[in-house]
Amino acid sequence: MSRLPRPMSTLSSALVILVLFGMAVSGARAAIFEPVSFTLDNGLQVVVIENHRVPVVSHMLWYKVGAADDPIGKSGIAHFLEHLMFKGTTTRAAGEFSAIINRVGGQENAFTSYDYTGYYQNVAREHLGRMMALEADRMANLSIVAKDVDAERDVVLEERRSRVDNDPSSQLSEQVEAATYLAYPYRIPVIGWETEIRGLTHADALAFYATWYAPNNAVLVVAGDVTAEEVRRLAEDTYGLIPARPVPDRAALRGGEPPHRAARRIEMTSPRAGQPSWSRRWLAPGRNWGDATHAEPMEVLAEILGGGATSRLYRHLVVEKGLAVSAGAWYSPSGLGPQTFGVYASPRPGVEIATLEAAIEAEVRAILHDGVTEEEVASAVIRLRRGAIFARDDSLAPARMFGGALAAGGSIEDVEEWPDRIATVTADRVAAAAAVVFVPAHTTTGVLIPEPSS
Amino acid sequence: MSRLAPRVLSLLLLLGLWLAAPAARALDIQQVTSPGGIRAWLVEDHTNPILTLRFSFRGGESADPIGKEGRARLVAGLLDEGAGELDSTAFQKTLTDQSITLRFNSRIDRFSGQMVTLTETREEALRLLRLALTEPRFDAEPVERIRAQILASLRRDLTQPRTKASRAWWAANFPDHPYGRSGDGTLASVAAVTVEDLRAFVVGGLTRDGLVVSAVGDIDADTLGRALDRTFGALPAVGSLEMTADVAPALAGETLVIEAEVPQSVVVFGHGGIDRADPDWYAASLLNEVMAGGFGSRLTTEIREKRGLVYGVYAYLLPLDHAPLTMGGLATENARVGLSVDLVRQEWRRMAEEGPTADELADARTFLLGSFPLQLTGSGGVANVLMALQENDLPASYLEQRRALYEAITLDDAKRVAKRLYRADALSIVVVGQPEGVVATRPTPALDGIAQGG
Repeated sequence: MSRLPRPMSTLSSALVILVLFGMAVSGARAAIFEPVSFTLDNGLQVVVIENHRVPVVSHMLWYKVGAADDPIGKSGIAHFLEHLMFKGTTTRAAGEFSAIINRVGGQENAFTSYDYTGYYQNVAREHLGRMMALEADRMANLSIVAKDVDAERDVVLEERRSRVDNDPSSQLSEQVEAATYLAYPYRIPVIGWETEIRGLTHADALAFYATWYAPNNAVLVVAGDVTAEEVRRLAEDTYGLIPARPVPDRAALRGGEPPHRAARRIEMTSPRAGQPSWSRRWLAPGRNWGDATHAEPMEVLAEILGGGATSRLYRHLVVEKGLAVSAGAWYSPSGLGPQTFGVYASPRPGVEIATLEAAIEAEVRAILHDGVTEEEVASAVIRLRRGAIFARDDSLAPARMFGGALAAGGSIEDVEEWPDRIATVTADRVAAAAAVVFVPAHTTTGVLIPEPSS
Repeated sequence: MSRLAPRVLSLLLLLGLWLAAPAARALDIQQVTSPGGIRAWLVEDHTNPILTLRFSFRGGESADPIGKEGRARLVAGLLDEGAGELDSTAFQKTLTDQSITLRFNSRIDRFSGQMVTLTETREEALRLLRLALTEPRFDAEPVERIRAQILASLRRDLTQPRTKASRAWWAANFPDHPYGRSGDGTLASVAAVTVEDLRAFVVGGLTRDGLVVSAVGDIDADTLGRALDRTFGALPAVGSLEMTADVAPALAGETLVIEAEVPQSVVVFGHGGIDRADPDWYAASLLNEVMAGGFGSRLTTEIREKRGLVYGVYAYLLPLDHAPLTMGGLATENARVGLSVDLVRQEWRRMAEEGPTADELADARTFLLGSFPLQLTGSGGVANVLMALQENDLPASYLEQRRALYEAITLDDAKRVAKRLYRADALSIVVVGQPEGVVATRPTPALDGIAQGG
């Protein structure tokens, strides 16, 4: 979910965000980015990644709170607040911050995921101090009027219609995610359920803001043409003036996930679905949930099983057997809560979903029975590690990598040491991780079936 | 899709966003001519061991023969599916093992491609690119596989309200011209394309006379020059694709409604525009920024911020080779379509009658001039700039002239061009949904290839 529209994806936006960050994290290496990190007296964590390619900076503020922290019955409030953060402060009118950014030729946006909420401006380097002052102002002094709240609620409802209600595959994703988790709040859509969005109030937004938007619950990331000393000075003069205050333990509030004892299956037919599709996801550990030693083997497994045109699923189902038009796998270890390992495929005309499903199940059984080869692992590891070199090419991109990792409960080392951890993956560790993850009772299967209308 | 989408829609549009001053001087463009006479623009940067190469040929989807729409898109999907002695599997395995990105993309008037490679794999990457351009195999298995993928994506897209709206707008406005037939094709036309058709496009379209090449990264001018000859030297000198004629939209002031059972209507609107080579282009770019440049712009303020009618409302200049256009769109709940469309017309009329204010014009100028360096944070962005300049026959020195071109636009110029650009009564509008408050002025068009209602 973001404040400004962007091209839509067939996957749900929350999933896309997770997948993107999974890929992004894949690209980092300590010796390459060499971030400098420090913490202000009020608890604000600061990360600076210098890159002097172009005289611009990316200024990103990430709050360690997201849609999975929405109170019961108030789904969508984290995202709604993200929208309302543009509606002024005690000293700035609604839209004034955006107008200032516009006038200096800057770009801005904001986004809400399950585990974090982020705000950023990309600007010429000389404007960084002003951006920090304005962002710090809205961390402490948000002031919104009822009229703006009502109009923005309608905007969010239109956003929901665009993203979900007008698109059958998004509708199905929402249903599948709701079934994937029994208790953990990842089951609730980031944008919220429509009935609950309608009930969100001015007071709800301010209560959420007062609870979570504190300097000691945020991460400031600055990438680009700037030095750490300069950022420290500017941060102390702006964010540094905001006092720390107690913030709830969000992991405790979210609770756990009870054992899954039965596989779930969600099927949806729609006259507006032009093409059938099938997916299955298994509950999986991540860097911050369950046994983290399985995280990198699962990343390698996702690459071998479903990473592109030479992966097992694509080669066997799409090229050799001609059962599917597309097939692949996804996994991201970077969230705060229980993660998922997923596979998907879409059948060729005339191929029954059951046939496709059986073929994918056979691929999973082959992994469980025979594992993967050392050659497959070696090739996947090289490709994943090369990604770290390509990630150096954009001077602002590291801001998203570090922000996403830190705001979801990870550490700088999680990013920096990732290539080294990937290099230690062996075929045996992949097999061990597969045995832990590929449990039939831990699955949720989603099927979308086109239904001809009269 | 207020601020972001128009900048993604077309490289041409990026032309509106550059500035001359500091960063442009940092962009040191070398104009390289190979020993064999092939020309390319180069920005050398040895920071990372990466080469990004982009190129395009004149002639794209608008050269698809009648009944074979989708031909260029099929070629784009198949050039990396086997060439020379390498069959599809071998070609893809080489790309994957070497971490080489090689992609082709069909556009309305051009056919483009990009290659990204580490320096250590550069020779292999260039060899694969040469093979793909000069010796594509078009073996039966990949042809049918990629065809099935395109048909599957068509079945999915053709149920989407936004696809229906866009196709109907173009079909109604260009009934006897290639622009009226979608380059994605129809289920029937994609099925009708033969291997001979694909070869005819390769032989007639991938030729040196319409070729533009840009290189960014770890290569020097001499090495690039030799690489150009090896990679592109074997292409035919002169193309034989039939180039289409200039054309203007057929409709003026008409409203078309396509019934669809969706909660949110999708609206596309547009009329003729201003050509990229027209001296009024710069004023038009500034006006579009005032009208639709994200937050603070007139459309977003009136339709989203004040009234909460939409998540995104956008408008952009689209200077196609054979028809300059001004396009826009929005999506809103069915009940509020009439109000939203009326507001668009009202803002169109107000701009034509009053023009922008002096402040609006000044802000638009500082935004367009100030945002340029943000395009240059990575090699891909730099390559986009080089491509857009060359494809529009602009000299490298344009980057230094650009500030003066925009600064020369007076308020009177802007007012004059606003009358020319914004013609509320000429807007033709297509609505897909169950809209209230709009009256169709023409019968619902039959949409070739769109299964009505499912």
